[in-house]
Amino acid sequence: MNALLEAQGLHLRFGAVRALDDVALSIWPGEVVAIVGESGSGKSSLLRVLAGMQRADAGQVLYRDAAGATHSILDASDAALRRLMRSDWGFVHQNARDALRMEVSAGGNVGERLMAAGNRHYGNIREVAAHWLERVEMDPARIDETPKNFSGGMQQRLQIARTLVTSPRLVFMDEPTGGLDVSVQAKLLDLIRGLVADLGLAVLLVTHDIAAARLLAHRIMVMRHGQVVEEGLTDRVLDDPRHPYTQLLVSSVLAA
Amino acid sequence: MNAALTGYNFGYLDEATKRMIRRALLKAVCIPGHQVPFGAREMPLPYGWGTGGIQVTASVLGPDDVLKVIDQGADDTTNAVSIRRFFNRVAGVATTESTAEATIIQTRHRIPETPLSEGQILVYQVPMPEPLFRLEPRVAESTRLHAMAEYGLMQVKLYEDIARQGEVATSYNHPVMVNHRYLMSPSPIPAFDNPKMHMNAGLQLFGAGREKRIYAVPPYTDVRSLDFEDHPFKPVRAPHACAICGSEESYLDEVITDDQGGRMHVCSDTDYCASRPPV
Ligand SMILES: Nc1ncnc2c1ncn2[C@@H]1O[C@H](COP(=O)(O)OP(=O)(O)OP(=O)(O)O)[C@@H](O)[C@H]1O
Ligand SMILES: [Mg+2]
Ligand SMILES: [Zn+2]
Repeated sequence: MNALLEAQGLHLRFGAVRALDDVALSIWPGEVVAIVGESGSGKSSLLRVLAGMQRADAGQVLYRDAAGATHSILDASDAALRRLMRSDWGFVHQNARDALRMEVSAGGNVGERLMAAGNRHYGNIREVAAHWLERVEMDPARIDETPKNFSGGMQQRLQIARTLVTSPRLVFMDEPTGGLDVSVQAKLLDLIRGLVADLGLAVLLVTHDIAAARLLAHRIMVMRHGQVVEEGLTDRVLDDPRHPYTQLLVSSVLAA
Repeated sequence: MNAALTGYNFGYLDEATKRMIRRALLKAVCIPGHQVPFGAREMPLPYGWGTGGIQVTASVLGPDDVLKVIDQGADDTTNAVSIRRFFNRVAGVATTESTAEATIIQTRHRIPETPLSEGQILVYQVPMPEPLFRLEPRVAESTRLHAMAEYGLMQVKLYEDIARQGEVATSYNHPVMVNHRYLMSPSPIPAFDNPKMHMNAGLQLFGAGREKRIYAVPPYTDVRSLDFEDHPFKPVRAPHACAICGSEESYLDEVITDDQGGRMHVCSDTDYCASRPPV
């Protein structure tokens, strides 16, 4: 089996700030990898570079599609990236409002990717959208309401439905539970865990919530100042952290 | 030609400008449905009066052409009359109200009922050429969507219409796909007219003055109205016969006839209506 996504030697600077300093990473089909670290450590930058949303200064990112063809993300054309984003990938943003169309109904939001992929059957689009609302534990009777009426947690579930409806192979999530109430966060994490397992998704999950990483991830990468300071299987990293920074991170969670 | 004003170049525009516009038109014909920017000139008419259409007409007009101008299907509205008179003065060309006799027809909001034949040119006045502009106000982004033929967003709009109203709500300016490639605004013609664009024998040219865009549908080009398989596009028409000629095929205007709320339906295409025997 081959890695789904492989990155090497990634460098990215913003002026004097090294957002990424020689980062390497790989993720395999069906694997959930959490990227943890303090604020400003470069997590979002890494995600954006891997998804082709931000050009790195140096390095390489290779994506292998379902047909086995390899795409060099840092050299890919705008058109090729958009095609991947439409067919193979999904991106879940921290703020659902950045991803949802707030004037468009829940059904239209979920159906957009289906229509972009060429589905031209209204009844079928609606049926799939209703089914996905149920899957993210929303009342399908609300299919014609716009997200403006929904709570933050519901908006986030709608964003997840909208992203997963076309069964992407790889999903990037940047703090998907950030900014929500703790009880809402817990439910959402459960939901994500169920969906990821059912669909066999590969997920790159950025979070600074160690508990979320423990719940969802097979592997953890710890970032600090643009570098990966430690990585390994989730239980190993959290139960037996080797790098002093990871030890600090884990103990501060335990203390809290 | 002797009736024409002196001191103006033939057709008002100078030759260099016409050449520039013809180049844009040629490009537009080569890429059906694609919007081509052009260096629109100031015209002696305000925007909204068809300055884009007038510049296109001026650039394709020759001394032997016969010009017809319609506004909402009628030859006798102020807008149509003043554009016709304008070209009569600056080009001295013959004008007509007959669709069949015209070589060039400039139009706002309608396609004539009488089918065009090969060699005829239909020039549309276009207020807003970008079909995505309400959905994607960023010009750079809508340009990118066209470049990549990403039209899911337009389909979302139709989905929303059906979800909210049970049917597609655009009774005019209903978007079309041209030659299986470009999404195009047909200008604010009634959806009823959309099927006439498909495989039309005439050349269809579109000019948007304020937005400085030209686009075209060459003869015999595939033009499809966007729809869903289970909600197919329907060219709607008021379910009446014309009160003057009895036509049950033509697009009708509703006319108020008195203060008591009396009303009747008559053909919007005045030439078509007049060419038929009265009922
Ligand atoms: N567009 C930008 N311009 C300038 N500096 C940037 C830009 N994006 C990120 N940075 C800087 O790069 C560093 C890494 O930022 P990044 O957003 O990747 O961190 P993060 O780990 O996602 O943080 P957080 O947990 O707060 O989201 C930070 O110092 C940040 O200020
Ligand atoms: Mg971040
Ligand atoms: Zn009539």
